[in-house]
Amino acid sequence: MIRFDNVCKRYPEGRDALQNVSFHLHAGAMAFLTGHSGAGKSTLLKLIALLERPTRGQLFLDGENLSRTPKRRVPYIRRKIGMIFQNHCLLFDRTVFDNVALPLVIAGHRHQDISRRVRAALDKVGLLGKERALPITLSGGEQQRVGIARAVVNKPPLLLADEPTGNLDPDLSRDIMHLFEQFNQVGVSVLIASHDLDLISQLPYAQLRLHQGRLVNEGTHAAA
Amino acid sequence: MRLPRFLHNWLLRHVQVSLSSLGRLYRAPLASFMTAAVIGIALALPSGLYLLTGNLQRLSTQWDGSANLSLFLHQSVTQQQIDSLQKKLARWPEVDSLQYISPQQALAEFRELSGFGEALDALDENPLPAVIAIKPVRRHADAESAAALLEKLRALPEVELAQLDLLWVKRFSAIVDIVRRSIWVMAALLGLAVLLIIGNTIRLEIQSRREEIEITKLIGATNGFIRRPFLYSGLWYGVAGAILCGILVELAFLQLSGPVRQLAGLYQSGFSLQTLSFGDSLGLLLTGALLGLLGAWLAVGRHLATIEPS
Repeated sequence: MIRFDNVCKRYPEGRDALQNVSFHLHAGAMAFLTGHSGAGKSTLLKLIALLERPTRGQLFLDGENLSRTPKRRVPYIRRKIGMIFQNHCLLFDRTVFDNVALPLVIAGHRHQDISRRVRAALDKVGLLGKERALPITLSGGEQQRVGIARAVVNKPPLLLADEPTGNLDPDLSRDIMHLFEQFNQVGVSVLIASHDLDLISQLPYAQLRLHQGRLVNEGTHAAA
Repeated sequence: MRLPRFLHNWLLRHVQVSLSSLGRLYRAPLASFMTAAVIGIALALPSGLYLLTGNLQRLSTQWDGSANLSLFLHQSVTQQQIDSLQKKLARWPEVDSLQYISPQQALAEFRELSGFGEALDALDENPLPAVIAIKPVRRHADAESAAALLEKLRALPEVELAQLDLLWVKRFSAIVDIVRRSIWVMAALLGLAVLLIIGNTIRLEIQSRREEIEITKLIGATNGFIRRPFLYSGLWYGVAGAILCGILVELAFLQLSGPVRQLAGLYQSGFSLQTLSFGDSLGLLLTGALLGLLGAWLAVGRHLATIEPS
């Protein structure tokens, strides 16, 4: 699903965020991306989502070489990725329903279709009763679930999450991780950046550990 | 006939976006109204003047049709010569009808209308010449052929002075024409002002929705998708401005129509002000819509590209 070949990323101010990073996340696999803050986790995710371009090396998403993707194709690549953010990135002037519907609206789905799929996604994250609520009235955990529902609503083959449990207490964090496991079980590839090592160590998934921009170890059981 | 599926979806999406843009304007009624009002006033100035000069032009063409030539005869010309001249002129193909005004008639008329009756009594003899008023046939009533006819009449030995009453109408019409042209310059400048107003309004809207734009780009929105609501906002601003402009112009002309009818009545003319025709209104609406769209397009092109999620 994701393949990095000797990828380097140097920011204009001269900082090397990633150096010679190579790994392969197979389709349907789930893995964690760990490391201290500043180790390059966010940069790595940004490269996959085409928010940044690599300075050297090549990366592939679903067989497509992202180092050569023209600008106008970027939106279509991003539709293959369900992205989940630490700060949720919800639209606070729209209802939960409208927030979750956004990827479908962007992709130009039909109205009835949108309604059905949004309800299914909200059902999966346990928020079916909150369609008409505004995100601001929800708790942090609930807002994160809305973010997850929005990420999965158009059934992308890949989920990317950046510190999805960053602001949540351990119980809620476990619930969120469990959600990701459920999506993985139905074939979605999942890559989660997190520094919640306690929680991660309890789960049987590969770890990609970054240290100062280098991949320290690719977990031996990375491939699935 | 059913539309193909993709076309139907495309159309539906555009209707949805345009309505949601309209709803966004509706939810901030005061701000939207003020923007539309500025646009309306800027449009009302040139369109009102254009309409006014159009009316003046119509007035002058009404006069065109009644072009008259006056022949002032030499004092020395005898009554017999005058009679034969009248007969001769009546046979000319250019002449529709003619009217002879003797010096005595002219004096009587002048005495009656001018109020200088007593001053005239002090004169020993009648200073007024004999006049033949000629109405040309319709074919020769336009400015050019009337001028040719005038030259021909001037050449007659009995004629001391030949005058075309059309001359001042021509001058008037020329002035109106100049004013009309200068209105286009003004319209161009005010059109530019409307573009800037709409551009700036859209720019502010883009700024205030910056976060939303970033998020939608993050989840795969194309530039076209992001651009669309702003373009529709601009379109609606332009259309609302055009409607307000139409209302302003109609109100202004309503104010003018009473006095104008009174004035026309004094001149025994059935002239009345013409306000916006259906075609004018359509043109105005189209102009507003185009200016709105263009203004939004310029703003969106400049500012949307600079917003990228990070």
